[in-house]
Amino acid sequence: MTEKKLSRRTFLANSALAAGATALATAGMTGFASAAGLTVGFIYVGPKDDFGYNQSHAEGAAAVKEMAGVTVIEEENVPETVDVQNTMESMINFDGAKLLFPTSFGYFSPHIQEVAPKHEDVRFQHAGGLWNSETDPKNVGSYFGYISMGQYLNGIVAGHASKSKKIGFVAAKPIPQVLQNINTFLLGARQVDPTITCQVIFTGEWSLAVKEAEATNALIDQGCDVITCHVDGPKVVVETAAGRGAYVCGYHANQSPLAPEQYLTGAEWNWAAIYTSMVKTVQDGGTIDNFVRGGLAEGFIKMSPLGPSVSDAARAQFETVKAEIMKGGFAAYKGPLKDNNGNVILNEGESFVETDVALESMNYLVEGVIGSIG
Amino acid sequence: MSDVADIGLWGVPLAIIGGAIRVSTPFLFVSLGECITERSGRINLGLEGTLIFGAMSGYAVAVNTGSAWIGVLAAALAGICFGLFHGWVCKFKGVNDIAIGIAMMLLGTGLAYFFGKPYIQPVAPDLPSISFGWWSDIEQVQAALQVNALFIIGLFLALLLAWGFKSTKVGLTIRVVGDSTDAARAIGLNPDRVRLLSTAAGGALAGIAGAYLSLYYPGSWNEGISSGQGLMAVALVIFARWKPMNCFWASLLFGGAGALGPALQSVGISQGYYLFFAAPYVLTLGLLIATSSPNKAMESAPGELSITK
Repeated sequence: MTEKKLSRRTFLANSALAAGATALATAGMTGFASAAGLTVGFIYVGPKDDFGYNQSHAEGAAAVKEMAGVTVIEEENVPETVDVQNTMESMINFDGAKLLFPTSFGYFSPHIQEVAPKHEDVRFQHAGGLWNSETDPKNVGSYFGYISMGQYLNGIVAGHASKSKKIGFVAAKPIPQVLQNINTFLLGARQVDPTITCQVIFTGEWSLAVKEAEATNALIDQGCDVITCHVDGPKVVVETAAGRGAYVCGYHANQSPLAPEQYLTGAEWNWAAIYTSMVKTVQDGGTIDNFVRGGLAEGFIKMSPLGPSVSDAARAQFETVKAEIMKGGFAAYKGPLKDNNGNVILNEGESFVETDVALESMNYLVEGVIGSIG
Repeated sequence: MSDVADIGLWGVPLAIIGGAIRVSTPFLFVSLGECITERSGRINLGLEGTLIFGAMSGYAVAVNTGSAWIGVLAAALAGICFGLFHGWVCKFKGVNDIAIGIAMMLLGTGLAYFFGKPYIQPVAPDLPSISFGWWSDIEQVQAALQVNALFIIGLFLALLLAWGFKSTKVGLTIRVVGDSTDAARAIGLNPDRVRLLSTAAGGALAGIAGAYLSLYYPGSWNEGISSGQGLMAVALVIFARWKPMNCFWASLLFGGAGALGPALQSVGISQGYYLFFAAPYVLTLGLLIATSSPNKAMESAPGELSITK
């Protein structure tokens, strides 16, 4: 490479370019900041129309958009790296956001923890259970829903639909939320028939289309005839399972358009209700609680409408149990209960209710689940 | 699914065979494409981007026209455009084909994400498959032997290429250009044009590979559709020593090994599944070590390839 001498002409040309770029950038900044009212930022880890976790949050954001005096800004496909810090900083500094919803679990530590103390007038709401009242900034809050109750209801419908008495679960990673979903799915099915087993396959990643399809096929080859999952985008699992003729229970969002006949029901997030109420609180000058949890009763989660293949018996039991959960304090985990290595989890008479914090650090699969977390 | 036989441990070999057929096709097409390109003396690392763009464009066109085959055609055309661009840029002096390939990979991925937004939700028609499992009553065997037409086309393509490189004028031309630019010029060939067309052909095949992903297995378009198949297939070509039929066997091996992890978990062997997921790579590494020897390592490599120069 030959070093070029910096001539007067190139110097002038370059400075003109740089000046132009700066002017453009400043114009853009003021343009954004002049938007009136409250600006709310949503950050997603994947595409916001993935039939899954990100779509469920984007549907919540769409409800916030409908509110008066609110400007919603969104960014998708933001990795759980320093990228999310840049996104948050740019939403705060350029767009004037005062309320942020970084929706992915991995955004919290260390990213929100680093950005939040620098912007005390901005509220950070993180989906997941990580906020610690002693060590974490006060302008950060955590919210999450007891969606495993939805998997419990999925399990009841699956228990009725299964002929082979084997149901299948395609899971991403063995973290507590996923393990809870697997366990309650089986416990729900065992309310129908205590001999039912649940085969689980971990794919190791949140989004791996080919492996999810292979896992679904492998489950069906082993005789599982109802499949559910906990991966970021359930589209591939739902389509593959339905293509093989198995029944499907959905997760995150409503996937029934993908398999109208085979879709039984599904556990869905209902962020619209939560987000609109949180935004309302901020608009009215109030403060959102730092720790917000809720389930079916509080409207944090909802069930997909029951599909055409659901039998009357299943429908009846589904509605009964759902009504019980709506009352609050429901216990899916009742003693005597062992894990699938034979260790005692609960003795006779003991139970974990929906809100029990012990569930948030789950590290076992219950008896009847075939698979291991390591 | 009325009568599902309890196949137990037989599920593992069945899953490997089924997986080999289902998962191998993208590897096969990309590696055959790269084989043509590399035989002409160029490396196109951008095929991963072409594959993703092919997946998107194939899906989008299939949604809009209602025909999966027109989608495949569109993906091939998109691949040709990417290939032509790569081939055209690389003919300039001082341009490095590997660097351009990486740029093309990022470009293809970015464009596919950008244009693919509206197509994540719609459902496109699937490519048809041919059932070779009619002789069995077992549902799982029938499912494993659903063979997609593209897989069969890929097999014939591998045979055709193997024969073509050996015994046709076109094949000889590509090989001469790949082995020595000077010799090719001396006998009146235009190396740039041959490489341009070879890269375009490689791009077309990579585009088709993408269409297979989005239109058959797993059969939907989203931004995580490729887990690096395009990149792995480029490495496969080296592993296959630039021989089309070896590309076919290597693709089968990769597909089958990839099915091992889920299949073992499904029969209850679930300890250390991360290790089983690494099976394709461990296998490749093992085979490369077993088949390599210091004195004939790059024996069949095209002489003009920038990695061997």
